[in-house]
Amino acid sequence: MVNIKELQASIGETPILKGLNLEIKPGEVHAIMGPNGSGKSTLASVLAGREDYEVTGGAVDFEGQDLLEMDATERARSGLFLAFQYPVEIPGVSNINFMRAAVNGKREHDGLEPIKGKDFLNLVKEKASLVELDGRLRNRSVNEGFSGGEKKRNEIFQMAMLEPRFAVLDETDSGLDIDALRIVANGVNAMRSPDRSFLVITHYQRLLDYIVPDFVHVLVDGKIVLSGDKDLALKLEEKGYDWIKEDVIA
Amino acid sequence: MAYDGNDKVLEEVTGKSYEFGFTTDIESDKAPAGLNEDIIRLISSKKEEPEWLLKWRLDAFAVWQKMKEPDWPHLQYQKPDYQAISYYSAPKQKKQLNSLDEVDPEMRKTMDKLGISMEEQKRLSGVAVDFVMDSVSVATSFKEKLGELGIIFCSMSDAVKEHPELVQKYLGSVVPTKDNFFSALNSAVFTDGSFCYIPKGVRCPMELSTYFRINESGTGQFERTLVVADESSYVSYLEGCTAPQRDENQLHAAVVELVALDESEIKYSTVQNWYPGDAEGKGGVFNFVTKRGICHRRSKISWTQVETGSAVTWKYPSCILKGDHSVGEFYSVAVTNNAQQADTGTKMIHLGKNTHSTIISKGISAGKSHNSYRGLVQVMPSADNARNFSQCDSLLMTDTSGAHTFPYIEVKNPTAKVEHEATTSKIGEDQIFYCLQRGIDEEQAISLIVNGYAKEVLNQLPMEFAVEAQKLLSISLEGSVG
Repeated sequence: MVNIKELQASIGETPILKGLNLEIKPGEVHAIMGPNGSGKSTLASVLAGREDYEVTGGAVDFEGQDLLEMDATERARSGLFLAFQYPVEIPGVSNINFMRAAVNGKREHDGLEPIKGKDFLNLVKEKASLVELDGRLRNRSVNEGFSGGEKKRNEIFQMAMLEPRFAVLDETDSGLDIDALRIVANGVNAMRSPDRSFLVITHYQRLLDYIVPDFVHVLVDGKIVLSGDKDLALKLEEKGYDWIKEDVIA
Repeated sequence: MAYDGNDKVLEEVTGKSYEFGFTTDIESDKAPAGLNEDIIRLISSKKEEPEWLLKWRLDAFAVWQKMKEPDWPHLQYQKPDYQAISYYSAPKQKKQLNSLDEVDPEMRKTMDKLGISMEEQKRLSGVAVDFVMDSVSVATSFKEKLGELGIIFCSMSDAVKEHPELVQKYLGSVVPTKDNFFSALNSAVFTDGSFCYIPKGVRCPMELSTYFRINESGTGQFERTLVVADESSYVSYLEGCTAPQRDENQLHAAVVELVALDESEIKYSTVQNWYPGDAEGKGGVFNFVTKRGICHRRSKISWTQVETGSAVTWKYPSCILKGDHSVGEFYSVAVTNNAQQADTGTKMIHLGKNTHSTIISKGISAGKSHNSYRGLVQVMPSADNARNFSQCDSLLMTDTSGAHTFPYIEVKNPTAKVEHEATTSKIGEDQIFYCLQRGIDEEQAISLIVNGYAKEVLNQLPMEFAVEAQKLLSISLEGSVG
C-alpha cells in the first residue's frame, strides 16, 4: 500500500526527517510514537503534500504511484486522508457543502458524475451516525465553534465520507475526553478493512487500547529506531523514551 | 511558503484578458468632445426635453464649473480631462421595436455574449430588463405586465416625456445637483438611465433589472436612475454591469436616487464588473457614483453591492433616515485585484426617532490593490433612540495588497446606540491546505473560502444574482493567493 524509503525532509534549513523507512501493507494499522520534536507531525504533513516542508531525499510509493510527484489534491483524490491534529475553521462554508465539494472532487478523479443530492444526503446520514455527529454540526460552518472533541469527530466523519485507502491520524486523541476518544476510536475501527491501511500518530498509549495496532514504531530524531507489536506501546507508556535513546541508539 | 505553481497561476491570470472585453460595432450618433453650454443644449434638444430640464442642467453645469474634483479619497489616479470626453452618443436605431427580432443583430450578439439574452431573461427568471447600451435604452420588456399594476419602469428619457410631473418632483430631491463634483457633472450631462415608480400599496411582483454597458470608445457614461416607492409599496431592483476593454480610461459618474415613502421598502442590489484595466490598471473604468436614498416614516432601504470591477471605485450608497422608525441597510462585498483601487462604503444619516441602520462591509484585496472602507454614521439631535450596527471586515489575499478602514461616527443625541466591529485577516494557508487535503483543488478552495467569508452579504442578493455574484468573486480572484 505505502512504502516509505529513506525519506528525508526539512523545514527551512532544518532537517527533520533523516532517512525514514516504513512499509505498510493493505489492511494494516501502524502506530507511530515518539518524543516531542521527533518528526511525527512532519511525517504526516509530508505524506499529505504540505508545501512548507521540502523533501530532500528518499521515495514514497503509494499503490504503485510516486506519491512525492503528486500535489496535495491529487494525493487526496487518490485515496490518502489526513485527520488533522488541529482541524481548520472555515467560516461561512457549511460542513455539508465542504464535503460535497470534496466528494465530487474525488468522483471527478474517478471519472464519475457529481453525486446526486439525495444520494449525498443519505451518505451523510449514514456516515455521521458512525461518530454520532448530529445534524446541527453537519450544517454549521466547517469546524467553526466546534469543541475539541467535535472537531475530531468531524475529522473521522470526513474520513468516512471519503473512504480513503490510506488514512493518517495525526494525534487524533489529543484534547479528547474518554467518551469522545471512544466514539472516535469506534468510528475508526468500523472502517478497518483488509484493503484499507492506517497510520496512527500518537503520544499516548491510551488511544491504542481502543485502536489496536498491528505494529508500533518509535520515531526518534527523524528515524524509526525501534519497531514492535502493540506491547511495545505498553512498554513505552511505562518506561518513557529515555531507555530507547540510551539502549538502542547508543 | 507559496503553493506550487502559484506564481505561474498568478501570471496567467493577470495576463488573462478580461472575459467581457469585446466591443460592438454599431453606428453611433456622437457629439464632439468637450463640455460647454452648447453641448448641454445639444443633449437636451436631441432628447426633446422640456425647458425646465434644460434649465436644471445648465444650473448644474454652472455649479459644477465652480467645484473641484475631490481629493480626500484614498485613491491615486490621473484625473480625467473633462474636455476630452464626448458627452453624447446614441446608437442609431431608426424605428420603434415591437419584438426582440427587430433588435440590431450586433446588439443581440453583445447580449448573448454577456449571457443575458432577452429570451433567456424572459424564459428563466421572469426579470424585466431595461438594457442600456451607450446611454439609450434599446429594449424594454414586461412593460405591459407591470403597467397593469400601475408600475412605471422605463428609461429616464421616456419618463421625462411621459411622466414629467413625477420626474420633476423627485429628480434631484435626494442627490441635489450641488451635492458633489460628480453629481453636479451628472446632472448637467446625463443622457439616460432608468426610472421606476411603484404606486401606493403595490408589491412589485418581479425583480426589476437594468444592465448597463459602456460601449462607445471615449464616451463618458452618465446614467441617472430614480426609483420612487409610494406609500406601502415594495420593489426589488437589480443593477449589473460589464464593460468592453479599452485603452484609455473610461469615466462613469452615475447618480442613483431612491425615494421610499411612508411604510414602503426598496431593495437595491448591484453586481458591478466593469473592466478593471490591465495588470497595471491601464484602461480600466473610473467609477464615481453617487447613490443615495431617503426613507420616510417606517420605510426601509436596503443597498446590497458586489463590486469586483473598475480601475478606480468611489462609491458610497447612503440612506437618509428621515422618517421615524425607518431602517437603512448596507451590505457590501468589494473585491480588488492587481492594481485596482476602491474607496467605498456608506453613509447612514439618522434624523427620525427610533431609526435603525446596519452596515456589513466585506473587503477582499488581492494583487497589489488597495481597498478602503469609508463610512459615516451620523445621529442628529432629533434622532432619539437611533441604533446602528457596523461590521467592517477585510480579507487580504497577498502581502502586497492593502486594506484600510475609515469609519466616521458623529453622535449628537445621547440616546443613540452605535456599535462598530472591524477585523482584518489574511486568507489562511492552513484553510487552503485543509481543502486541498480533502481533494478540493486550489481554485475551488479559494472560491469556497471567499464565498464563505462574503456569505452574509451574498445572502442578501436575490437568488439568480447571488449565483452570478459567486461566480464573479471566484473569477476575480483566480490564482490570486500569495
